[in-house]
Amino acid sequence: MRLRYPGNIRIVRVPCTGKVDVLHILHAFEKGADGVYVVGCLEGDCKFQSGNLRARKRVQQARAILDAVGTGGERVEMFNLSSGEGPRFAEYAIQITEKIKKLGPNPIKAASKRMAA
Amino acid sequence: MIVADKKPIEEIIDEVKDFQRILIAGCNECVTVCEAGGKKEVGILASALRMYFMNQGKKAQIDEVTLERQCDHEYLEEIRTVIDQYDAVVSLACGVGVQFMAEKYTKTPVLPGVNTSFMGVTEERGVWSERCQGCGQCLLASTGGICPISRCAKRLLNGPCGGSAQGKCEISKELPCAWQLIVDRLKELGKMEEYEKIIPIKDWSTERAGGPRKLVREDVRQ
Repeated sequence: MRLRYPGNIRIVRVPCTGKVDVLHILHAFEKGADGVYVVGCLEGDCKFQSGNLRARKRVQQARAILDAVGTGGERVEMFNLSSGEGPRFAEYAIQITEKIKKLGPNPIKAASKRMAA
Repeated sequence: MIVADKKPIEEIIDEVKDFQRILIAGCNECVTVCEAGGKKEVGILASALRMYFMNQGKKAQIDEVTLERQCDHEYLEEIRTVIDQYDAVVSLACGVGVQFMAEKYTKTPVLPGVNTSFMGVTEERGVWSERCQGCGQCLLASTGGICPISRCAKRLLNGPCGGSAQGKCEISKELPCAWQLIVDRLKELGKMEEYEKIIPIKDWSTERAGGPRKLVREDVRQ
């Protein structure tokens, strides 16, 4: 298919989105990520039954925490698609990149620059 | 186990916002099982606080430790050599652990990171319910293993009351009537004669009503 999607996305592969923990999402932001999105299988299609449903809950938890600490919960997103939907994967990648670009960089980066100055 | 619930992150931020060096101390026992104060929750809270302080442009050191228990001297001793490096400790143990740490390390503020709720069971993941109130005089032998003190809203010893309808308590349709459960269980055990016996007035002095409690056992004391 040779689809194009933004090159600034770093893919972290996990066996199932059920493996993604709140802590993984928070650590990404702590280390300076501008946004994180979790891409899971369609709801109801999880090979392990509830992996993607658990991921959805954890994404919500991470959002609440990021809102409380001032990083902004809207920087985390969850998408669901089937493994055969390459074009949709690229579409979501473009969509989230545009959204995060509008939100600007992770506020932690600006704050640490100010602190270093 | 002792069941606790996570405190809202905003409340914890309010507790620690004026400190610089903070230790987040988890507990490997009950609060780990009820997913409120174990190693993972310590990691999440520490990460959240680090981000909060960075966003505020404040320098802060947030460290993590998870002790085997916070209700025993031997495990609390593990942080004796490092505690002076911190301005405050947020303990994610139950209220017992928070207090024991505060008693031991008097110069460092120890702040609670969870709301300790009750002694109970895990009905399923994410659902916990109360089973014991530590009344000091266990009645379970005569009530079919179901506790009327912790599970009956009125703590009736000779129930049910008139508020029991279709097996549910009048305070909530979700809540089973403890005395209905007791009768059902005694029937199943073929011990309905136990139900006919009147349980005498309970001595509540062994319960919280008698003031803070202490247990001393000379047989095991050193």
